[in-house]
Amino acid sequence: MSEKLFNAFLLKYAEIGVKGKNRFVFEEALEKQVRLHLKRTGGEFEVSRINGRIYCEAKSDYDYDAVIGELKKVFGVVGICPVTHVADKSPEGIMEAAVRFIDDNYPEKNFTFKVDTRRANKTYPKTSMEVDADVGEALLNAYPDLKVDVHTPQEVLHIELREQIFMYSKIIKGTGGLPLGTNGRALLLLSGGFDSPVAGYMVSKRGVYLDAVYFNAPPYTSDRAKQKVIDLAKVLSSYTGTIRLHIINFTDIQMAIYEKCPHDELTIIMRRYMMKIAQHIAENTEECFGLITGESIGQVASQTMKSLYCTDDAVTIPVYRPLIGNDKQEIIDKAEEIGTADISILPYEDCCTIFVAKHPVTKPNLNVIKASEVKLNDVIDDLMEKALESDEVIEVS
Amino acid sequence: MHAYLDNSATTKVAPEVVEIMNKVFLEDYGNPSSLHKMGFEAEKYVNEAIDTFSKILKCNKKNIVFTSGGTESNNTAIIGTALFKESRGKHIITTEIEHPAVSEPVSFLEKRGWEIDRLSVNSEGLVDPEELKEKLRPDTVLVSIMHVNNEIGAVEPIEELGNIIKDKAPECFFHVDDIQGFGKLKMDIKRSNIDFLSASAHKIHGPKGVGLLFVSDRASHIPPMMMGGGQQSGMRSGTVNVPGIAGFAEAVKCLYENIDGSFDKIKDLRDFFTGELLKIPDTRINGGENVSPYIVSLSVKGVRSEVLLHALEDKGVYVSAGSACSSHKKHGSVTLKAIGFTDKEAEETVRFSFSCHTTKEELEYALECLNEIVPGLRRFKRR
Repeated sequence: MSEKLFNAFLLKYAEIGVKGKNRFVFEEALEKQVRLHLKRTGGEFEVSRINGRIYCEAKSDYDYDAVIGELKKVFGVVGICPVTHVADKSPEGIMEAAVRFIDDNYPEKNFTFKVDTRRANKTYPKTSMEVDADVGEALLNAYPDLKVDVHTPQEVLHIELREQIFMYSKIIKGTGGLPLGTNGRALLLLSGGFDSPVAGYMVSKRGVYLDAVYFNAPPYTSDRAKQKVIDLAKVLSSYTGTIRLHIINFTDIQMAIYEKCPHDELTIIMRRYMMKIAQHIAENTEECFGLITGESIGQVASQTMKSLYCTDDAVTIPVYRPLIGNDKQEIIDKAEEIGTADISILPYEDCCTIFVAKHPVTKPNLNVIKASEVKLNDVIDDLMEKALESDEVIEVS
Repeated sequence: MHAYLDNSATTKVAPEVVEIMNKVFLEDYGNPSSLHKMGFEAEKYVNEAIDTFSKILKCNKKNIVFTSGGTESNNTAIIGTALFKESRGKHIITTEIEHPAVSEPVSFLEKRGWEIDRLSVNSEGLVDPEELKEKLRPDTVLVSIMHVNNEIGAVEPIEELGNIIKDKAPECFFHVDDIQGFGKLKMDIKRSNIDFLSASAHKIHGPKGVGLLFVSDRASHIPPMMMGGGQQSGMRSGTVNVPGIAGFAEAVKCLYENIDGSFDKIKDLRDFFTGELLKIPDTRINGGENVSPYIVSLSVKGVRSEVLLHALEDKGVYVSAGSACSSHKKHGSVTLKAIGFTDKEAEETVRFSFSCHTTKEELEYALECLNEIVPGLRRFKRR
């Protein structure tokens, strides 16, 4: 199929369509995101909104695969239709264009089809039913092995009669969700594993900008582990826009916990302090309304219901856990789909794996945990302050 | 202060080497295969380099083949021999402690039906010549043994092994991976009865991407791994890497001017360094008497090598946890396993490696850092 045949891309969105009075906010945000993504493809496009669709008309040569790849990353788009322009707007012109369209796009002309015309331009001399019938007939004459099936056709040829006339038959599935910038910002606790990048993606998909925090533990973790997290943020940012990545030196806090608290409670106590630091960062970030973690019930000892109860208690800010009901394999599959899996699989140790006790508690009692934390009283405020001071912010995009 | 003690991974390129390479890059950049004067000028560098290496190795000029480095040299010797000799026999003897650039091509042949014997090593990392005697068979076509082990520095008795091969299986080729010994420890190719010797430039202050393979007269009929324009008498096609080769030759000239002096200096430094290391409680120097002075393998009980490495790095001291090439893989070191280390012991082992330019001040600084770091890390060992 010759891709240069497509002069434009018609983008469909679903959920936004029912947003009542706020609808224009969502549409404007979506249009903005579409422009941003198309810019990255190197091609020039004119982007406009018409009757509940976004229409991207190519104004230069473009790389078809790159355009589809970018449009698939725009949250809010449910369908991408590569569209051919019909230059000759007469009924005969449309019929000829349809015959050519089928020839260009389908090497085997032996499928069932129907024609579906929308007549937005009410001054067009023929009704949509008439166009359907004329074009259908023209196609049957040109390709005798085609068959019409109005109920379950294999292919649907869409014709839109507007000021211009479009023709398309393919709808490529978009990612869905809501456009970025319609739902504020949240702070992702990002490690090097499979889960947290996917969790960030899931929340961002609902229109949320991301910031992220990574807990670094030199010399127990290496510069390669840190680079891995930066690389993960970079992949995520191709969907979510620029991510401000906070890198916090967590070694001293970890050491203090290790020295003073019972070893089977290490991970829980560690996570509680991570949450506290994250909350502090979130509270100092404009429009930031929550934390995101990659936790899933029961995946590891620190993610049992009781453990999550203890972790959650550490902060007052809402904590979003979009993977809470997912199995590991489902998470890995999603990671592969969004392109973070290849990075997550690299074997550098992160701060969560390095001090793990042999048999961590799986049913921690919040009162016991809090009693253990009392042993940190004389140092923890200082250490927390130092950790927050160590914050290195990298803008990843 | 800064102490680069990972010279077995790679070295800083010597200024003299950069200078001559620069001249080739910017002025004498012709292709030696070209008929014109520019080509001829470039060819002179290559001929001079061949001259240098043939003098050092005491061999004929035609026995020198330049490659892209140690890995290619090893692969050429092993796979080339296999292709050349498969009608005579399909048995190869090697050791348990070879670098992957030898063990992987050997395993490749094993998967294709070759029989492989891997000689074991004692706790000092040395093979037993008697075991080689037992394993040699009429159909053994290649013995491949390293000169200096890259992880603990054990120096194998190459001359003795070479003579055993000569007596018991005179037709069998002998390949020596000398990547860690070349330019540091002398080696007599004739007396050791060697057919192939692999060397690499970047381990001795030369550039990366160039190495050599000595090929004896009788082994010169092995088929090439690179086929093409017929450069280097058809032994290794591909436009000759003139700057790399000129740099390699310059590097080796600098070293050989004072190879014995460097050896003695480094040996003294090593004795000093190991003596001080052993004053840190619960440490152990791995390997025995037959060891290259350029390598120190140290085990620090209760401290994971990766953590120690990063803590030292923070102070500007660069070492290696096992072999540098192994940092891409999660599984442990082959050599340490072969000399009887448990996984845990292997995980507590770091390697310091020196070059002729290593100074006492650098070692003193490294010792100061170790004495500062180790007690702290031991407090937080994984329980």
